[in-house]
Amino acid sequence: MTDLTSLTLAEARDGLATKSFTSVELTDAHLKAMEAARVLNAYVLETPEQARTMAQAADAKLAKGEGGWLGGVPLGIKDLFATKDVRTTACSKILGNFVPPYESTVTAQLWRDGAVMLGKLNNDEFAMGSANETSFFGPVINPWRREGSDVNLVPGGSSGGSASAVAAGLCLGATATDTGGSIRQPAAFAGIVGMKPTYGRCSRWGTVAFASSLDQAGPIARTVRDTAILMRSMAGYDPKDSTSVDREVPDYEAAIGKSVKGMKIGVPKEYRIDGMPAEIEKLWMEGAAQLKAAGAELVDVSLPHTKYALPAYYIVAPAEASSNLARYDGVRYGLRVPGRSISDMYENTRAEGFGAEVRRRVMIGTYVLSAGYYDAYYLRAQKVRTLIKRDFEECFAKGIHAILTPATPSAAFGIGEKGGADPIEMYLNDIFTVTVNMAGLPGIAVPAGKDAQGLPLGLQLIGRPFDEETLFSLGETIEQASGRFTPPKWWA
Amino acid sequence: MNAPVKPSKLIKGATGDWEMVIGLEIHAQVNSQAKLFSGSSTEFGGAPNSHVSLVDAAMPGMLPVINEECVRQAVRTGLGLNAVINRRSIFDRKNYFYPDSPQGYQISQYKSPIVGEGEVTVELSDGETIAIGIERLHLEQDAGKLVHDQSPTNTFVDLNRCGVALMEIVSKPDMRSSEQAQAYVSKLRTILRYLGTCDGDMEKGNLRADCNVSVRKPGDPYGTRCEIKNVNSIRFIGQAIDYEARRQIGILEDGGAIEQETRLYDPNKGETRSMRSKEEAHDYRYFPDPDLLPLEFSEDYVAELKAGLPELPDEKKARFISAFGLSPYDASVLVTERESAEFFETTLDGLANKARDGKLAANWVINELFGRLNKEGQDITSSPVSAVQMSAIVDLIGEGVISGKIAKDLFEIVWTEGGDPRALVEERGMKQVTDTGAIEKVVDDIIAANPDKVAQAQAKPALMGWFVGQVMKSSGGKANPQVVNDLLKSKLGI
Repeated sequence: MTDLTSLTLAEARDGLATKSFTSVELTDAHLKAMEAARVLNAYVLETPEQARTMAQAADAKLAKGEGGWLGGVPLGIKDLFATKDVRTTACSKILGNFVPPYESTVTAQLWRDGAVMLGKLNNDEFAMGSANETSFFGPVINPWRREGSDVNLVPGGSSGGSASAVAAGLCLGATATDTGGSIRQPAAFAGIVGMKPTYGRCSRWGTVAFASSLDQAGPIARTVRDTAILMRSMAGYDPKDSTSVDREVPDYEAAIGKSVKGMKIGVPKEYRIDGMPAEIEKLWMEGAAQLKAAGAELVDVSLPHTKYALPAYYIVAPAEASSNLARYDGVRYGLRVPGRSISDMYENTRAEGFGAEVRRRVMIGTYVLSAGYYDAYYLRAQKVRTLIKRDFEECFAKGIHAILTPATPSAAFGIGEKGGADPIEMYLNDIFTVTVNMAGLPGIAVPAGKDAQGLPLGLQLIGRPFDEETLFSLGETIEQASGRFTPPKWWA
Repeated sequence: MNAPVKPSKLIKGATGDWEMVIGLEIHAQVNSQAKLFSGSSTEFGGAPNSHVSLVDAAMPGMLPVINEECVRQAVRTGLGLNAVINRRSIFDRKNYFYPDSPQGYQISQYKSPIVGEGEVTVELSDGETIAIGIERLHLEQDAGKLVHDQSPTNTFVDLNRCGVALMEIVSKPDMRSSEQAQAYVSKLRTILRYLGTCDGDMEKGNLRADCNVSVRKPGDPYGTRCEIKNVNSIRFIGQAIDYEARRQIGILEDGGAIEQETRLYDPNKGETRSMRSKEEAHDYRYFPDPDLLPLEFSEDYVAELKAGLPELPDEKKARFISAFGLSPYDASVLVTERESAEFFETTLDGLANKARDGKLAANWVINELFGRLNKEGQDITSSPVSAVQMSAIVDLIGEGVISGKIAKDLFEIVWTEGGDPRALVEERGMKQVTDTGAIEKVVDDIIAANPDKVAQAQAKPALMGWFVGQVMKSSGGKANPQVVNDLLKSKLGI
């Protein structure tokens, strides 16, 4: 029998349906792989007993032909999603051993469709980071290494655990969240696929909030098809989230293999930034050529406010975060560090409970919302956001179906290599991805090639609101042309 | 209100007259089954933390969802205050740390409230009517309650009230005396209770006032104001404002300056004291709540709610005056409490001839019933005499079946024993005698027995009253007074 962890999600699903193997076998294979890959630190909590119980239940249903859309498929869950009776910490010390008595809407939908939970995946603390180095549980290691090097690289962030686990075959797919690039950037760093859906497509209920107006859940998987399969379960209207949109969920998988002939693809000149490595530029042009070869039309477009997106993002996101994280006060749950007064207790708890990057963003956010600074920072950033949104609207109004850009300005870098002295160096990782969150649009990252050191590089496709299907069709076209990327297995 | 202030409303100080300027922020708990953003019950008096949802406790990943009933109630209140309804409003977060606020922020409305400017007409005790401007009304979450007396070392938190919907109703600085402020709060409470949008029960804390008070010399610009937080009775509002105005005048007349600050009223000592100064004031870092969409509704929605509004006290009072000829004072007494007005309306509905006896019914409800209830310390809702019984008593008087005097006896019987007034009159022989022959006999007997009195009365007609009294006495009060009068006049030749 082939190694069950090397299957794609679609292949595994089909194998389960034809009873080539059981969900318990598939799940055990992944649990074993997880155990052997603990050095990657992708999982912060393995839940083998729960996984086997769920797998047995899935097998029983599969036997009756009632497996469901994801019947018996083992997945990893980012630790930002509340999982009932299973520790959920957002990888922050402040949530200590928090065990929610509720299940997030997104994961509840996965379980509804028969999926199996393998465990909780590492991420940057409260999803704040671009390298998965801010987690209270320590950094995640990328399964990819530079050719001939044994230096550990970051998997990107904040969904670093999700990306690392998927790339290393520690699950068939994973949930992730994206506030400024946290699905797409790690997917690109790990040579896999990540979809950040339109804002409002997936419910935010039960997912620990970072920046409410930007946060969106989405899938990470090894192929575009696998990502589309997961999307169908994760998406959907939720009356418990006022910002979720009541719109039918299409069969995203049906978009795979659809012709992209005649589609107009925008190539924005503003994404050609100073100091961008030549190999990124080359990858981008190759991707454009692949789409052209498939019959799409490439069009030069302009998104003039792109250069303001990153600074505006680093005002809006911390502002919302500073307020969203106020509930972690030591009063009701999570960590409490006593003090002589209530203020002391708050200060002690939050100083000890939050890591440096979270503290930095809470302070930035508090500052930009303060009396006297609100207009100059927060209000201005919101205006920029409106302009960024308008850039895209004008572009799509001209008949553009999707926009092609690089996913990241570089390949994965070494742990501890960036942002130590200057956090902005780290923030620059999000330069190609934040605009999508600011505009609430869908974006997909697809692996398209390797850099000179053998590390995977990804391209990003940005779509019209609620047109994830077009992105799946285009993404798969690039995937077909570029092939798949699997890291050599050095960890086990 | 910029009308000149009557000299009587001014406060005499050592350096001349001072004028108070008062603006009120009323926090009124919205009458709804569930909280503003969660499904938890709003019921008062549950065991601590028994009405707390995951959203109320601000568990990770929880999101607010607007309770449409609260929106409806806020719009209805706005309409009742003759105010502009903003068809697009925005919820903002007011950020501050305190254990009574689990989210670390209160969801409120800052720049775009649901209701804009309006006006309330207030009647003062001297009969004068003034208009008080409404600045705005917005929806916001109430906070939880801290319990300090259960443990020597810990403070406990009860989140039952946390997240309950409040309407903050902000007046313009239009009041010039504590009496005006009290009258305004009373009127507002009456309107809210008519609308059914707030119970207005100040003892339960579901109507509270923040009083902004400043003083100035008449004609001067506004002085620096102090805000007295959370005053929870109409009496205390008056006391707090008067104390605060005098405190400020004292400082100013001693050459000092007023510092803008938040103060608390201590009803035991009858004084206000500083809670926090302007420097200690929080920076609430308001910003639009990204978890909630702007609140939007159509013109039709507002029109429909408007059409469904009950008759409000001002309209009702005007109708009582024009339809039944009541005095403005009596009409006010009847409409002030919704339950009283409802009682009177039911009494009216039970009358055989509303147009003829409406005013009579008002007199009976106000003087006999309210008077008695007051004396016994009882409430209209627990009145021993029902509106149906009241109508019957008034009908009996109006129809001339019983006299007003007998009616008082009848009322007493109904109050203490109950029963159908009409049947009681029959059973106990209380009917008025209008048979002229029967009365004539009594009159004749009395005239015959008292020749000296006859002479006196003929000399001084006012003394006829003695004969009336004798006739009534001997008829057991049942003789028709008009018939008695007429007969006496003709028999005595006066």
